[in-house]
Amino acid sequence: MPRLIRLAAAAALACASPALADPHPDASRVLSLGGAVTEIVHALGQQDRLVGRDTTSSFPPEVLALPDVGYVRALSSEGVLSVQPDLILSEEGAGPPETIALLQEAGIPFETIPEGHDAEGLARKVEAVAEALGVPDAAGPVIEEIRADLARVEQANAGGGQKKRVLFILSLQGGRVMAGGEGSGADAIIRLAGAENAVSGFQGYKPMTDEAVTAAAPDVILMMQRGDAQADSDHNASLAELAAMPALAVTPAVRDGAVVTMDGLLLLGFGPRTGAAALELHDAIYGAGS
Amino acid sequence: MVAVDAPRDRPEGDRLEGDRRHVGRVLCLLLVLLLALVAILSLGHGASGVSAPRVLADWLAGRQIAPTDRIVLVDIRLPRLLTGILVGAGLAVSGAVMQGLFRNPLADPGLLGVSAGASLGAISGIVLGGMLPAAILSFTGWHLVPLAAFGGGWLAMLLLYGISTRRGRTSVATMLLAGIALAAMIGALSGLIVYYANDSQLRDLTFWGLGSLAGASWTKILAAGPLIAAALLAAPFLARGLNGLALGEAAAAHVGIRVQRVKAVAILTAAAATGASVAISGGIGFVGIVVPHLLRLLTGPDHRWLLVNSALLGASVLVCADMVSRTVIAPAELPIGIITAMIGGPFFMWVLLSNRRVIDL
Repeated sequence: MPRLIRLAAAAALACASPALADPHPDASRVLSLGGAVTEIVHALGQQDRLVGRDTTSSFPPEVLALPDVGYVRALSSEGVLSVQPDLILSEEGAGPPETIALLQEAGIPFETIPEGHDAEGLARKVEAVAEALGVPDAAGPVIEEIRADLARVEQANAGGGQKKRVLFILSLQGGRVMAGGEGSGADAIIRLAGAENAVSGFQGYKPMTDEAVTAAAPDVILMMQRGDAQADSDHNASLAELAAMPALAVTPAVRDGAVVTMDGLLLLGFGPRTGAAALELHDAIYGAGS
Repeated sequence: MVAVDAPRDRPEGDRLEGDRRHVGRVLCLLLVLLLALVAILSLGHGASGVSAPRVLADWLAGRQIAPTDRIVLVDIRLPRLLTGILVGAGLAVSGAVMQGLFRNPLADPGLLGVSAGASLGAISGIVLGGMLPAAILSFTGWHLVPLAAFGGGWLAMLLLYGISTRRGRTSVATMLLAGIALAAMIGALSGLIVYYANDSQLRDLTFWGLGSLAGASWTKILAAGPLIAAALLAAPFLARGLNGLALGEAAAAHVGIRVQRVKAVAILTAAAATGASVAISGGIGFVGIVVPHLLRLLTGPDHRWLLVNSALLGASVLVCADMVSRTVIAPAELPIGIITAMIGGPFFMWVLLSNRRVIDL
């Protein structure tokens, strides 16, 4: 009987904290696929075990020195094998499936890290990477840091008051507003920053008609930096560009000059820096110290 | 000069001026050697640096082969090589057949609606595939997109063939015009589906359109190989008919060619080869147009050598392009469509410019 009880207890424990990934503490040649996954490996202090990365992994800058096996959804089997990994950590959606099947046949452990855009999801991502690398204890401090930043955002918002409405513009190509709708990464980070997405009713990033942009009447417009330091620091230039479009010119955001630009990877990476990104975005939207 | 039924008893030394059949024969031999050479090179090169000769020597000596070496050679490079040969030969022969059938140097299998239909099928598979019932999805697995592309290609081709065939007679001109209308409709449908695609699906679509042999596998070769091989084997039997058609349909009928049958077989052959090729490798442009043209410049328009040589040169070109695609930015991979266009476009332009006096399209 005691054996049965012990079994039951073990089962209950297993259910309480289901393993997110199989541990591979001995893996010394890790291939990391996905910008967030690579950032998490670094945040956990395990960067010395990395031997390769995918194209979307570009932070911190030292990972750029690693061989790049290409875009995560279009991997080449031989390319991946050529970096001789003994563990592959990948974000969801790696492909093509033929390549993944071949890698599994080659006996290389392949751990898929669950996607997540909210506080819980981010914690699960970090835990999964830490478990796969066999360093589960390293996850705690990283998660704590993310939670602390998000808690500060929440604290700042606790005073109540109207949430600001933010419009994320992915691009203004040809004078057409490509906006971030429901379920997009932009929508998630705007929520994390304690604001509200000014547009809804469509999924992902879609072009919007001018009238809908005007009707959305965003308080703040959020855009990604272009990676050109001089252009990015010139706030007036991006404001002038937005004001030149009639549909945007009449919005409260352009009228008040409330245009926020942030680094794209920081903003939409959903890795260990997302807490800091949410806080930075919150301060930019509501003004620091609010 | 088109040889419909050249006299066979003319002595070798007594060639008429402009008779380039012997060039075709010599070229065929050279192209076989070229294909063998690129095939060996292709097996020996790759991102992982696995040495094919060493593994082969180990295997012949009966020594143990490392599992990774075996996977790289047997499950990665060999299927890719075979896929490259099949797809390259299939696309080039389809191009040559279509140019003969439409008597137009710009014709390619795209005129049959195969490419547009296949692309619509692939787009639907990528974007809408997830909505299918689980039973179908578990049956098709990852082969959903290739199957959808193949189905789409054939559906479009049959539709077009049905539209342009009246009372057992296919009008090539109607097919050409209806093909443009069909392509516009398919383009609109594709656009609609693309609009609803999410970001990762959009990237998948872009990569599909650029083509790649990266998904090559034995399963795909077993599925598409027989179809392409059948088309390749059927093509030489079309040579005489296509030569006759070059004179015009009426003249061809007068010299005893069964025009309707040639048309039907030509269309089926091109559709089978292109449909299967596009399904397993995505959209790879340029091979179908440039390879036959290059050969026509060398050996003239006689289809008896043109079709065989197109298959050989097309296979070599694609295997070469794939080798570049796999190694140039290793360990990552450049889509093959970029390479065929980047190298082939300027090369073809140079050929055209340097032959400006000789050829007049």
